[in-house]
Amino acid sequence: MLRYIARRLVLTVPLLIGISLISFLVIHAAPGGPVEMATDLNPKVTAEARERLRAYYGLDQPIHVQYVRWLGRMATLDFGQSFSRDGKQVSEKIGERIPVTLAINVLSMLLIFLVAIPIGVYSAVRKDSWFDRISTVVVFTGFAVPTFWLALLLMILFGVKLRWLPISGLVSLEYDSLGLAGKIWDRTSHLLLPVFVSAFGGLAGFSRYMRSNMLEVIRQDYIATARAKGLPERKVVFRHAMRNALLPFITILGLSVPGLLGGSVIFESIFAIPGLGQLFYQSVMSRDYPLIMGALVIGAFLTLIGNLLADVGYALADPRIRTE
Amino acid sequence: MKIARVLVAALAFVLAAGCAKEKQEAGSAGPVGSDAPAHGDAIVEGSIGDVSGFLTAVTSDSASHTAAGYVFSGLVRYDKNLKLEGELAESWEVSPDGKRITFRLRKGVTWHDGKPFTSEDVLFTYRRMIDPNTPTAYAEDFKQVKRAETPDPRTFVVEYGKPFAPALASWGMHVLPKHLLAEYPDISRSPLNKKPVGTGPFRFVEWKTGEKTVFEANPDYFEGRPYLSRVITRVIPDPATMFLELKSGGIDMMGVTPLQYTRQTETEEFRKLFHKYRYLSFGYTYLGFRLSHPLFSDQRVRQAIAHAIHKKEIIDGVLFGLGQEATGPYKPGTWVHNPDVKRYPYDPQRAKALLGEAGWKDADGDGVLEKEGRKFSFTVLTNAGNESRAKTAAIIQQNLDGVGVKMEIRTLEWAAFINEFVDKRKFDAVILGWSIPQDPDQYDIWSSKKTGPKELNFVGFQNAEVDRLLEEGRRTFDLEKRKKAYSRIQEILAEEQPYVFLYYPDALPVVHKRIHGIEPAPAGISYNFIKWYVPKDQQRYTTFQQ
Repeated sequence: MLRYIARRLVLTVPLLIGISLISFLVIHAAPGGPVEMATDLNPKVTAEARERLRAYYGLDQPIHVQYVRWLGRMATLDFGQSFSRDGKQVSEKIGERIPVTLAINVLSMLLIFLVAIPIGVYSAVRKDSWFDRISTVVVFTGFAVPTFWLALLLMILFGVKLRWLPISGLVSLEYDSLGLAGKIWDRTSHLLLPVFVSAFGGLAGFSRYMRSNMLEVIRQDYIATARAKGLPERKVVFRHAMRNALLPFITILGLSVPGLLGGSVIFESIFAIPGLGQLFYQSVMSRDYPLIMGALVIGAFLTLIGNLLADVGYALADPRIRTE
Repeated sequence: MKIARVLVAALAFVLAAGCAKEKQEAGSAGPVGSDAPAHGDAIVEGSIGDVSGFLTAVTSDSASHTAAGYVFSGLVRYDKNLKLEGELAESWEVSPDGKRITFRLRKGVTWHDGKPFTSEDVLFTYRRMIDPNTPTAYAEDFKQVKRAETPDPRTFVVEYGKPFAPALASWGMHVLPKHLLAEYPDISRSPLNKKPVGTGPFRFVEWKTGEKTVFEANPDYFEGRPYLSRVITRVIPDPATMFLELKSGGIDMMGVTPLQYTRQTETEEFRKLFHKYRYLSFGYTYLGFRLSHPLFSDQRVRQAIAHAIHKKEIIDGVLFGLGQEATGPYKPGTWVHNPDVKRYPYDPQRAKALLGEAGWKDADGDGVLEKEGRKFSFTVLTNAGNESRAKTAAIIQQNLDGVGVKMEIRTLEWAAFINEFVDKRKFDAVILGWSIPQDPDQYDIWSSKKTGPKELNFVGFQNAEVDRLLEEGRRTFDLEKRKKAYSRIQEILAEEQPYVFLYYPDALPVVHKRIHGIEPAPAGISYNFIKWYVPKDQQRYTTFQQ
């Protein structure tokens, strides 16, 4: 097992290099560079000033030199300095946005599990019942409704009409002067809408997955055996059927690892949440190459690790799968 | 003169236009009553973009420039009537030959950390602007300087090779504190870029990336302490969310769209809480022709198109009437604007006649004009994501169809549009906008010497008289002479129509009613920002009291 993990880890290195090379070429192929994006159509900027800025960023070098330099820095885990004018390191810029994105994604994932698993189980057990049909409609509505539209409607209802919840942002302006309870409520109230909106769209996938797994398992002989033994239906469903139906969730969890740090730019913009989605979007729009590469490499790395974790987790949980 | 990509950016530019000098002492007793000026409270603004740094020498976005304007000051600035006045400079004197400017600096000005401000700081700023280690895009104006010196702590002298009128305005550049920056060879990497220390009306408190910036009133500001205790700028990237925040009380001020201005703010509730303002913004939208294109090289054709376009319909349809028909590249109401130029009223018959004179006839009766076997059809390009330009294009398309001219519309992503089409001159016509700078020097847009790659006379306009007048206008400080030169330029541009100047959109800021003291002027509303106040009994953010 350990040898298997080690081999997989070693294999990620060439994969990462390949991914980074393709990413590097693609982002440099996009029209306009960081200097052009900041100075295009500005009469105060001369050609000479532009050249100087290009040299300042090292963009006057041939592209393969730029790539090798970047790769050299990456080898020491140095993501380099962002091209943006605050002069921050890429790792700092990404680091300061991780907590909020991670928190929202973890919370919404928990909410999805809490709601989707019972819906899936119940829909499977009572297949074609009214509950099954209505929940199907509801979760697919959630899947189909555009995030920004739902978010705006909820903001108008709870923020403007009822005035129960704040509309956007992470904390109120008076946050620092609040007491502890006030601070906790302030943060919670700011998170309610974003977490609900981001979870609502994810219900469909998980609940349908759970439902079909359950249906699969319920047909198995050992469920019939359990029933024949005279076990109460509750035990049959939760102890024997559901636990087995949850197995494929390990894979889903593994695949969700990169998603935990991925933010949606539409969702973050609408709620004015300074998360990774906005950061990444802005870095693309301003052609901040080191930051784009940093975000892509982290994403690729998490995807590869997530896959590995899923495979390992599955092997541990299911004795039928052997890695040797 | 950066391109105005979105109306909001143009507005932010207007809002950034500094604060005016008024003689009234801060804190002196005003009129007694519930509306009397009082210190305290905060104003919360919405901004679609976050600050990228506070040193304007190295930033290029409007959010950063607005924020830096609270903290830093320049030697000069534009007053509410858009005339230059002293800011850190008490006065200045231009030598008779126009080559030497002597600035007399204000006495007793201190940096926010208490250190005195002197002419050494100005000299330091100038040296950093031309230093190759400084990643600035704006070195050009300062490279014209031949010599700069500081005879004493309150005098700063610059000498130019030849007179250069835009130079005076270039000293509106934010002056940097030498004692805090001298040890950093690259100022963009100094802590000051994140935690600024300036001489302006507000002191820096905090910057939460992607969230907000906070400033507090500077009690030692040389024009008196501002009434508002705090200025908070919240980053809200989505305009729809920003508008909801405004309505729910989350922000006090934002620029609204024409649609919001006319249709979504006309409720009793909204009027009770907010004041709406409306004045011309510093920008215009135009249809520009590639003049070397065979279709557009004939002046009569361009004039015909100008007659065929119904500008009023565009303003009504796109801006809900909130704008003015444009006649040239300067803003009406400013000293340089010449209202007496040739105008092109909507007149399809006149347009057809002009096209006929130029040899364009619809011989085969298909509704499209032709000449020597060639149909009059072309493609106009504009940038994707700018709704008002796309709508403008659609109206023009219909207008031109009425006179037998076929126009296709193509929208392109910004970077591809500029780098692949405009820069490479691969276009028939474009719809774009310019923001209008306070100094009238538009050498870069109209001079025949500025048609090279990446230069801004991309339509390829060439006129010897305009070239001479542009040169004349930038080589004298005499406003009368400058006005004469630029007036003539406007006449020529109106006659030749290298652009069809379409419209000047209005700036539409909305401000919460508890904020008093706002007096719209040609410069907009923010020139007297330090005099904005909230009467004691209406103050809302009392936790920020100093």
